[in-house]
Amino acid sequence: MSKHAKSSTGRFHPLSAPDFLPLPQLRDLQLQRLQAIVQRAYDRVALFHKRMEERGLTPQDVRTLDDITKLPFAEKIDLRDTYPFGLFASPMKEIVRLHASTGTTGKPIVVAYTQEDIQVWTNVMLRSFAACGLHEGDVIQNAYGYGLFTGGLGAHYGAEALGATVIPISGGNTPRQLMVMKDFGVTAICCTPSYFLHLIDQAPEVGVNLKELPLRAGIFGAEPWTESMRRRIEAESGIKAYDIYGLSEIIGPGVAMECQCQAGPHIFEDYFYPEIINLKTSKPCADGEEGELVLTTLGKKAMPMIRYRTRDITALAAETCECGRTLRRIKRIGRRADDMFIIRGVNVYPSQIETALLKVEGTLPHYQIVLTREKDLDVMEVQVEVTAEVFTDTVGALEQLQNKLSRSIESTVGVRANIRLVQPRTIQRSEGKAKRVIDQRKM
Amino acid sequence: MKVKQLSLFLENKPGSLSRPVRLLAKAKLNILTLSIADTQQFGILRFVLRNWEKAKMVLEKDGFVVKVSDMVAIEVADEPGGLAEILETVEQARVNLEYMYGFTLRKEGKGVLAFRFDDPDRAIAALQKKGINPVSSMELFKRLED
Repeated sequence: MSKHAKSSTGRFHPLSAPDFLPLPQLRDLQLQRLQAIVQRAYDRVALFHKRMEERGLTPQDVRTLDDITKLPFAEKIDLRDTYPFGLFASPMKEIVRLHASTGTTGKPIVVAYTQEDIQVWTNVMLRSFAACGLHEGDVIQNAYGYGLFTGGLGAHYGAEALGATVIPISGGNTPRQLMVMKDFGVTAICCTPSYFLHLIDQAPEVGVNLKELPLRAGIFGAEPWTESMRRRIEAESGIKAYDIYGLSEIIGPGVAMECQCQAGPHIFEDYFYPEIINLKTSKPCADGEEGELVLTTLGKKAMPMIRYRTRDITALAAETCECGRTLRRIKRIGRRADDMFIIRGVNVYPSQIETALLKVEGTLPHYQIVLTREKDLDVMEVQVEVTAEVFTDTVGALEQLQNKLSRSIESTVGVRANIRLVQPRTIQRSEGKAKRVIDQRKM
Repeated sequence: MKVKQLSLFLENKPGSLSRPVRLLAKAKLNILTLSIADTQQFGILRFVLRNWEKAKMVLEKDGFVVKVSDMVAIEVADEPGGLAEILETVEQARVNLEYMYGFTLRKEGKGVLAFRFDDPDRAIAALQKKGINPVSSMELFKRLED
């Protein structure tokens, strides 16, 4: 396809050099940085110091990379408990930026950056864009939200450092997004995959044909998505859809990014050390085995995170990627440990429900899962917004849709679900990460 | 020969109907006739009004999913057998009647009903052959507003 001709030539950015470090050097660098960060956290973060002491550990106990498994885990609750600044390892005068989560329940979590941290973040975001074939001259529409959310500014700094032209349009206002995309000759867009699906749906209404635009790449992240979503995005818009991974607690977007092979995001291991642990035992998993991703920041000054439990479920692929990067890859994150729920003894992830809905409707409608208990029996209700595509004006056809959705869910997860069709725009939206499961069961 | 009808998806709960109706009132749009199909969980509101394009825009702007379909308005004699004659005609043409409802009109012993056929054009042709002329939108609006 002509719109991909430019990208297939490839272009090496000098700052991407660490992506290709020979493994012995990479491991050496990781160990040096790990020792330094453990020392820094031990000296400056009271909670970490206390936990090390409780285990009879000092920073000198980290002699090899494998020694990391001796160290205590950090969790999201630690950020809440020490709200707002309790985990900072730098004095306020060295901190140049604060971000915070939107926080669906209670207090948000706060993360901090020194000037050097911002440079690291910029560097990994630049390498993220370079990895998917973007370069100087590209026009990047940054539709991640600007503000307390890390997505907007993180992508912005990286794209500017790359030398691309950044359009800081932020989220929302779909007709304007499409107008800008067309009029400014946008070649790449950053947003959540579900928002891009929305753009695909709305484009014809404003007379935009995505396939005819120079747009060739989408950098999609901030929420779990599936391979079938990728296929649909690519087929309907003619772009390549790349998976970017990150989380505020670690740095923001740019922890891992797919290369042009699209074979799972490469972790920028020179700055973020990955482990996969078994969900039940918290013991390390073998390469290729699925478990919870645990990350350690190797170069973060203001807020070092050691063995942070991401709650994201994935597996590490150790085999080398065709692109030549020595950085390990993670499997696409389609589910989170937090999202999983058990109904009538069956483990269910919202991503499975999504797959089932997609199969019937072709596009993913807004939905929500509500769990209740009726006479000691778990009941799963899936509320699905009625879209213009599926709305027909006869009761029979709508009941048929309900039945199809219900059967599709039952055959995918093995548990019956009651489908409730609801009016459009009645299910609550949130930026990036939607609340998919409402558990009203009293245990 | 056809009359445009708008259909809305509504949840079956208190307040569902008043929201669209209030929106239309605010836009000074008058509903000429309406009908509701309901199930335990949801309903479909179907209605006819003069400026349906504007109504569709107003409702969609507020997040409603609106479907437009073609109805056939037919004068029916207000006497035993009035409806039967019409139904026989469309049955013979193998057109299926999906649903129907009435207008608040009665003139010279005749009422007007709105029919939703699976194939409106075929239904119209069959009716015309029998000398039954559907009422056009223009004529309908004129009569309703006289």
